[in-house]
Amino acid sequence: MANTVNQRVVTPEHLLFEAPRTKAFITGSEAASEAVRRANVDIAIAYPITPQSETMERIGNLFAEGYIRDYYRAEDEVGAFSAISGASRTGVRCMTASSGPGLMRGLETIASWPGHRLPLVFLIMCRVINAPLSIQPDNLELDYMLTSGNILLHGENQQDFFDYTLAGFAISEKCEVTLPVAVAVDGFFVTHARAWVEMPSAELKLPPRDCYSEAVPMIDNENPPVRIARDAPIQKSNFISYQMHAAWQQEIHAAHERSRKWVSRYINGLVEVVNPEAETLIVASGSAVSQSREALRQAEEMGKKVGLIKVKSLRPFPTAELRAACRHAKRIIVPEFNCPGWLNREVRATLYGHSEAKIADGPRVYGGITMPTELILEWLFKSE
Amino acid sequence: MALRTLQVSPGFMRFMPKEYQDLVEKGPFGRKLKLSDLGTYKELLEEHPMCEGCAMAFFIRLALTALPAPEHTVIVGTAGCGRLSLSQAAIPFVYGNYCDTNGVATGIKRGLALRFPDQPKDVVVIAGDGGLSDIGFSQVMHGWFRQEKFTTVMLDNEVYGNTGGQESGMTKRGEVVKMAPIGKQFEKIDMIGLAKTAGVAYIARLTPTNPSRIISTIRKAVLIAREVGPTYVQAYTSCNIEYSIPPEKVLEDARQVEKERYGFLEIISDEAKAFLAAQDAAHRE
Repeated sequence: MANTVNQRVVTPEHLLFEAPRTKAFITGSEAASEAVRRANVDIAIAYPITPQSETMERIGNLFAEGYIRDYYRAEDEVGAFSAISGASRTGVRCMTASSGPGLMRGLETIASWPGHRLPLVFLIMCRVINAPLSIQPDNLELDYMLTSGNILLHGENQQDFFDYTLAGFAISEKCEVTLPVAVAVDGFFVTHARAWVEMPSAELKLPPRDCYSEAVPMIDNENPPVRIARDAPIQKSNFISYQMHAAWQQEIHAAHERSRKWVSRYINGLVEVVNPEAETLIVASGSAVSQSREALRQAEEMGKKVGLIKVKSLRPFPTAELRAACRHAKRIIVPEFNCPGWLNREVRATLYGHSEAKIADGPRVYGGITMPTELILEWLFKSE
Repeated sequence: MALRTLQVSPGFMRFMPKEYQDLVEKGPFGRKLKLSDLGTYKELLEEHPMCEGCAMAFFIRLALTALPAPEHTVIVGTAGCGRLSLSQAAIPFVYGNYCDTNGVATGIKRGLALRFPDQPKDVVVIAGDGGLSDIGFSQVMHGWFRQEKFTTVMLDNEVYGNTGGQESGMTKRGEVVKMAPIGKQFEKIDMIGLAKTAGVAYIARLTPTNPSRIISTIRKAVLIAREVGPTYVQAYTSCNIEYSIPPEKVLEDARQVEKERYGFLEIISDEAKAFLAAQDAAHRE
């Protein structure tokens, strides 16, 4: 175990909002690892997959430098995600990361984390799901994450990747939450491109995980063990078992509701709204937000007013915020980097009965194709 | 101190079930118990829903008796018959997903080592032949290659008992069971040989014919895992339902199998031997 570097513990609020920040021109992979450097992480477990690898390599270097206390390269994603679930059960702060096919390989484990009430941070660098083979950015895997029970944040850029990763630890370990937090960004566009990122000093770090203040007891033989691991009836086919499982699932759903205030506090609201008065609106998440910002600027040059709603948190989904922001909308488009259009589906379900707006079924690119602003503009003004 | 977690607030003890009172007052925690003490204290596991005559239930009872520090032990299991009783023992039991026992055990061991550097915490995987030699194979092997310091105990009933009797990697060649309609087409997986190749510090193979041997084997395996490296115990625990062994003939079958193909075997690394010798010397003083 490496020696621990001396860093000063500060509150998440101080680290995220108050500490002076300096700018660095870095990649998303660097931004994520810089967040982990300041996150007081105990254990990080890595397994390579493009475009995630660079982040977890850098986090390995943090271990060698003494910023995290244990680290290893696992045998595969299932091994990494399983070991993380074991570590989280013992009360230490832990994290891992993956992309597209790797995430799909470990999906059984990922979907079990919330049921085991495991605080941890899972970074997702989105990538096409094979086949055919591709390593390109496409965020189809987030569709599978939506029903996994994990809290799911979707960052727009390198700055978000830094901030949301730090926020993820704070949200995950709140007593009312006690759930895994997944922080996603679009691969390559964010992970491998450079941008200015403002960061607080590396001499600061989050407080350690306070595992006895969470909703579920640790498996450490120092306090009574968690009931799901102990009670026989839940493993049987009988009425008590059905009841227990149903109640447990409801509780995960309730924890998501309770997480809203913490997600909102630590990432500054579940949405960001630009030009709220506009009747033509773009709803987007991830890299599609950046492209939409540029489309907005171009539309303004053409003398047209367009609004933008950036969805930062996919779970919990900003239901009330979206309904309020879309009250006056006449036309909504949802640019996405995936084929089925999972955000479009979410937006339609949320606004049904709450908005008169026409919601376009697109635009969407996938398989690694970029989203030209021309495409967004074309869809915005198609009906005119 | 972990024993504290069992204690009941003063005044409330008389409202607790008798079972619980017995566990606090006459349990095995913090005591050094021998095989001959069985029957004189409250055991970790007394009631379970396993089948009449089940060799696995018998083996688990003795394996739990053998734990050197039950108050600081975590058991990790998975789907299969064994967890039906393990989950009812008075010891923390983690049931994760399919295939994940040895990955979960890795995380638990490392997490506890970080939080309690001065208090040894024993992690013991107890799972079936399917869980360890088939679906969990990769995690078992890689845990060994990484030299993770926990014990793996295989309850080898040579079949998927809990799902109704399907072929596993540990089923004998030629055996006709479910999903092997014309008999199993390949040999029983040589997990002992694989453990040796992977550098497991202590490897043992045994049947439930000799209770004191079970106890000494498990105890050695847990202590060596604590101090030296990974350990592996493979126990023949026949499925009397799927292999149609009358309950009263289960031990007879075990003796027969032991004689024919499952003889007691120990493979101990030099480092583990040195550790055991030092333990013996300390014990004699």
